[in-house]
Amino acid sequence: MRENLHRFFRAARGAGVHVSPAESIDAMRAVRQVGFSDRAILRDALLLTLAKSQDEKLALGDCFDLFFSQPEPRQDQREADSDADASQDPDQSPSSDATGEAGESQRPEGLGPLAQMLLSQDRNAIAAAIASASGAASLSDIRYSTQRGIFSSRILDAMGLQRLRDDLDELTASNPALAERLRAALDALREAVRDTVSQGLALYAREETENLRNEILRNAPLARIERRQLEQMRALIRQIARRLRERYSKPRKRQRRGHLDVRRTLRRNAAWSGVPFLTAWKRKHRDRPKIVALCDVSGSVAQVSDFFLLLIHSLHEVVDDVRSFAFSSHLIEVSDILEKQSPEEAMAEIMSKVGFGSSDYGSSLVDFEKEFMRMLTPQTTVIVLGDARSNNLDPRADILRRISERSKRVVWLNPEGRLAWGFGDSEMPRYATFCSVVRQCATAQQLERAVSDIVATYQ
Amino acid sequence: MAEQKPSTAIEAVESGLAAQGYIASRQIATAVYLSQQIEKPILVEGPAGVGKTELAKAIAAWRGMKMIRLQCYEGLDEAKALYEWKYAKQLLYTQILKDKLGEVLGGARTLHAALEQLHDFGDVFFSKEFVEPRPLLQALEQPGGCVLLIDEIDKSDAEFESLLLEILSDFQVTIPELGTVSAITPPTVILTSNSERDLGDALKRRCLHLHIGFPEQRLEERIVESRVPNISQTLRRQMVGFIHEIRSLDLKKLPSVSETIDWARVLVLLQARELDTAIVKDTLNVLLKYESDIEAATPQVTTFIAKAARSNVFG
Repeated sequence: MRENLHRFFRAARGAGVHVSPAESIDAMRAVRQVGFSDRAILRDALLLTLAKSQDEKLALGDCFDLFFSQPEPRQDQREADSDADASQDPDQSPSSDATGEAGESQRPEGLGPLAQMLLSQDRNAIAAAIASASGAASLSDIRYSTQRGIFSSRILDAMGLQRLRDDLDELTASNPALAERLRAALDALREAVRDTVSQGLALYAREETENLRNEILRNAPLARIERRQLEQMRALIRQIARRLRERYSKPRKRQRRGHLDVRRTLRRNAAWSGVPFLTAWKRKHRDRPKIVALCDVSGSVAQVSDFFLLLIHSLHEVVDDVRSFAFSSHLIEVSDILEKQSPEEAMAEIMSKVGFGSSDYGSSLVDFEKEFMRMLTPQTTVIVLGDARSNNLDPRADILRRISERSKRVVWLNPEGRLAWGFGDSEMPRYATFCSVVRQCATAQQLERAVSDIVATYQ
Repeated sequence: MAEQKPSTAIEAVESGLAAQGYIASRQIATAVYLSQQIEKPILVEGPAGVGKTELAKAIAAWRGMKMIRLQCYEGLDEAKALYEWKYAKQLLYTQILKDKLGEVLGGARTLHAALEQLHDFGDVFFSKEFVEPRPLLQALEQPGGCVLLIDEIDKSDAEFESLLLEILSDFQVTIPELGTVSAITPPTVILTSNSERDLGDALKRRCLHLHIGFPEQRLEERIVESRVPNISQTLRRQMVGFIHEIRSLDLKKLPSVSETIDWARVLVLLQARELDTAIVKDTLNVLLKYESDIEAATPQVTTFIAKAARSNVFG
């Protein structure tokens, strides 16, 4: 049964539950306490030890139900054996396991065991044989749906298909009626094995497929995400935001303590004639993070800015002072919209207000200078996200110069490749002069790096 | 201990807690049983007022053990949670023992020798007598074991979590001057959290994770029955049914079990026989804690009462 538990842990990992070795040891200990006799208690015990949040509990519960849905008859049978010798053997589950396995491994060597089993229609025995054969064929290694065929045939081979074929040939000659029955039973068996493999795929392959999909998504150009991937992409961005938050929000407090402040320490301990019972520490000065994000939401880059705003939205917990602006032909502040509404609603509202127009960087910068220039301080990082395609209108790079003079730095994230900069109506080279950093930012991974770098400078 | 079937042992936990007036679902009983068997703390999460703190109290009362409670808040640190040196006592003792010190040190001829001797009894002032045990250390020092309730761990800082790790996994704490203090009897540790912030993985890993949500209707009826025994069965059914309807609304704060019990008490006090619109509207402020919630719920009251009464017929 331990083998089964290990397979369950793998399946749980597949379902997105983090099962560390230590947790699996805990789960084993818990299972040893509660035993396998009561499925509901077993389920509770596993949920208690493995899942660490409500979401994980739901996922793990589903996984448990899927995992133990098929081998049920087998378990009943186990129970029957183990109950029989339970009284003298306190350590029942391993011993019954051993006898069970021994029995199974003997069967294929006997004379036509698979044929006999199929003919006797012993469903428990067949289910048990499938389970042990899938163990032998290491079904838990299945990764892709294309592997279904090969695993099916491996399992059937392990069950003694070759022998069955020989038996079938013999029977066709000697007893055609029985052969017909056997053939029908074999078809049913194939189907059962196929189902087992599909279930195995659902259980074990999820983790791998998910990793692969995320990896592809991370490196896919944001501007060309397909509709059906949008939701996944959003989830990925949220994951990135959570990671950034975890990385940058925690250790701030401790690092602020600087050297011993000798003067204040002496003064504070004057009552004890200068014996330093109480210490006073200098505090390291750290800039309060201030971020101003300008986001192009015109038709050409709308989708990328969508994700960018989503990331900024989720970063509010790390950085207290974020103000975001969106523009296409003119510029508005969107901090409130982003803060007060759910991401989806906020995106929709921003897009309806300024989105999808043709971009005019010059007049948007004028708008910014007129109303918001005053809020830039030498601690501010200005992030501009856009392709710098200004439809041949005046780019007003002079305003960007003044912005860069007033702020700590200007970071320009461009979703276009470097090759395209400066061609057509792209004003990137002219703007680049006044930017501290210009980066290409077309994929989720690049987006994460860029934002991570920005936040890191304030740590 | 004789080998007991786990299912009976879990039932025993359930009935034991029930005797203390805590009606536990099977998940809760399983968690309590397991935490005892494999000596792991339980991390209880769930909305406010579903009886997370109550669980710890019930376990303590059931096992007849002392309960030590550590209420967490922002800024809670080692000195308040674990131990502190009794500075004043140390100072006082050095003053009182000044003469004695002089005597002992007087024997030494050189400064070096004096220092040597000073080293010998330097540790006197950093011994057990000068340690002021705070809840965590107290819990380890209980000879008969105890129930340690670390309440609202999510309110504390992330640093405090790391402090707990040693005590949670090994039931011991390390005091630099004294060495490691191990538990005489490992305490039963219950941590509660309202999920105000995500707890660290290291902490979660060391605990059994128990989520207490709003109970099912039957269970909640039993809870009300045990807490407010003098409420009539019809009214109990109706009010619990009503509360379940309220929980389906999109409210700022959903009424939880503690509110159900309060409401039951109020209804008994007002000698209500049955739910009717007037009495519900008058007492809605017991259930709902925000003006906007009350406004949202008021128009629905009549329908909910009807629904609750109908489910009553079939239930």
